[in-house]
Amino acid sequence: MTPADGSRGGVPTLEITGAVKRYANGHLAVKGVDLHADEGEFVVFVGPSGCGKSTLLRMIAGLESVTEGEVRLKGRVVNDVEPADRDIAMVFQNYALYPHMSVYDNLAYGLRNRKIPKPEIDRRVREAAEMLQIGEYLARKPGALSGGQRQRVAMGRCIVRDPAIFLFDEPLSNLDAKLRTQMRLEIRRLQRRLGVAAVYVTHDQVEAMTLADRIVVLNGGRVEQIGAPVEVYNAPASTFVASFIGAPAMNLFPAEAEGGAIRVDGGSAPAPARARGAVTAGLRPEKARLVPAGGGLPFTVETVEELGATRLVHGHVGAASFVVSLEAGVSPPGETCAVTADPADVHLFDRGSGARL
Amino acid sequence: MKKVQFSGIAPPLLLIAPQMAIVVIFFLWPAAEAVRTSFFIQDPFFGRAVFVGFDNYVNAVTRSDYLRSAAFTGVFVTAICAISLGFGLLFAVCADEVLRGEGPYKTLLMWVYAIAPPVAGLIGVMLFDQHIGPLVDFFAFFGWELQTGVDYWDTAFAMTVVAAWKQIPYNFIFFLSGLQGIPRSLREAAAIDCRSPARRFWTVVFPLLAPTSFFLLVINITYAFFETFGVIDVMLKGEPGNNPVSLVYKVYLDGFRGQDLGGSSAQSVILMVGVMLLTVVQFRFIERRVHYA
Ligand SMILES: Nc1ncnc2c1ncn2[C@@H]1O[C@H](COP(=O)(O)OP(=O)(O)O)[C@@H](O)[C@H]1O
Ligand SMILES: [Mg+2]
Repeated sequence: MTPADGSRGGVPTLEITGAVKRYANGHLAVKGVDLHADEGEFVVFVGPSGCGKSTLLRMIAGLESVTEGEVRLKGRVVNDVEPADRDIAMVFQNYALYPHMSVYDNLAYGLRNRKIPKPEIDRRVREAAEMLQIGEYLARKPGALSGGQRQRVAMGRCIVRDPAIFLFDEPLSNLDAKLRTQMRLEIRRLQRRLGVAAVYVTHDQVEAMTLADRIVVLNGGRVEQIGAPVEVYNAPASTFVASFIGAPAMNLFPAEAEGGAIRVDGGSAPAPARARGAVTAGLRPEKARLVPAGGGLPFTVETVEELGATRLVHGHVGAASFVVSLEAGVSPPGETCAVTADPADVHLFDRGSGARL
Repeated sequence: MKKVQFSGIAPPLLLIAPQMAIVVIFFLWPAAEAVRTSFFIQDPFFGRAVFVGFDNYVNAVTRSDYLRSAAFTGVFVTAICAISLGFGLLFAVCADEVLRGEGPYKTLLMWVYAIAPPVAGLIGVMLFDQHIGPLVDFFAFFGWELQTGVDYWDTAFAMTVVAAWKQIPYNFIFFLSGLQGIPRSLREAAAIDCRSPARRFWTVVFPLLAPTSFFLLVINITYAFFETFGVIDVMLKGEPGNNPVSLVYKVYLDGFRGQDLGGSSAQSVILMVGVMLLTVVQFRFIERRVHYA
């Protein structure tokens, strides 16, 4: 592994090379993926629904076979190893707690099957329960718990196993917004504290940004970009990543690049000098500035959304719809005005392939 | 469930009236009649009835043929439940492996339920037929001259197998739909937690099937007691002779063949009380261990 892709050296906890998944019905869900997770690293797979995130995660868990390529855990190829023997633990979207067992038994079940001595099981279960503040529910059945409590039990089931890696498949998507934020922080805190590597699947880019040491953006079974959250945010590798990461989404619009500026509808704005000719330009709503007409790309205000802390000004640049985020209390300089930005904030993409220029 | 509020008591009463009428005419009234008759000796030719108190009951439970029939019924019911539930579950587990998520097959398998029980019963009887039954030839090959309807044990064996065989498709369908109702992620969680598939089955899948199993156990016991009448009748071809008969069949034999209405009524009342007790026991002790998820 080269330092360029963020590796810290040593044997990575997880290493996937050339992974392909073709389902029995012929559907190609994963089309050649290479990635790795280092010791203690939190890796998030993010992408739209159906892009193959869960499939990839389940290949790591051993719940789906690997059609081609290799999955290694701590250097060992595990393609043909049973899930129970892979030294992994997984939190499912619906938690998948055993409804007929008490919380205690849910946590202890995997350990008992591993013939771990009873006092050791008891110690681990109580320690995990304390860490997750579910000690008082140990005798209850999962049916008598709230969504957040079940979520904790599911986490507890992973923690007691002390695995090489945690796998999460959209674990927060069944919780309400407030609980989701809280549990997100808690997952991060726990993972840091335990120092166990994690792979986390989500379609929510906010979750991805806040949790990840490294984000893997997937699209149609392929990796679009791998990088730290700020890297992915600041230098999206493609128009797909640019529009997927960040909210409100980056504005993308066709423009003429002429070395140091972009031009739309007779107006122009400063831009990096990297490209010439027809490009797709990108500008984040919070990085765009509204100036009086003539000072940039022509922009007509259509609606203003008041969000309290910010205001979203909707309009068009050329034929593309465009959003500018203004601080509270700031008004656009007029009904017709112009958009401009620091050249460093303007992203340029190939018009055809969408790749970053 | 959607709740509807009726104004007044008349409409709901009217709605349950047909059901209540059926219960009263076909169940409560005959039951009451049986209880009444069981205290009399009926003279079949002159219609006179003599009150004899509990004589019919004492008579029934002390006669050796009744006790013999009761013992047979116990073994018969237990064997039918064990065989039909066991095989139903086994087949359902096999089918479930193949079926996970495959829609069309599932619909096809439902046909088993639609056509199988009556047809299976007929086929079962044919398999044991003295003249054309392949099973008779099969056992003859191993030196067992199966004499259904003549030899006590051979008849008992054939009856049990056919009656159980008839019930397997029914159990199969319920077990299968129970298995399919277990979320995939739960089995996957178990696969991560436990290496042995057999252990996973007994510790996770089977307990989750408990509501289905309990329901089927009740249904199968009821079936084995009462609905096996037809199978027994076909097997005996109206010649009970020295052959085993279940308690329900004996009620029929003594009442309609032996013209002993009082004794037969007493037997049926004993059966009725027995079934009630069984039901209470089932719900009190078994259901407590069943987890309705
Ligand atoms: N068992 C399966 N058989 C066939 N296709 C599947 C199966 N599971 C998932 N797929 C398909 O594979 C693609 C990726 O699925 P998945 O990994 O679940 O996506 P994600 O988790 O990113 O939403 C989807 O198009 C889905 O329809
Ligand atoms: Mg998914």
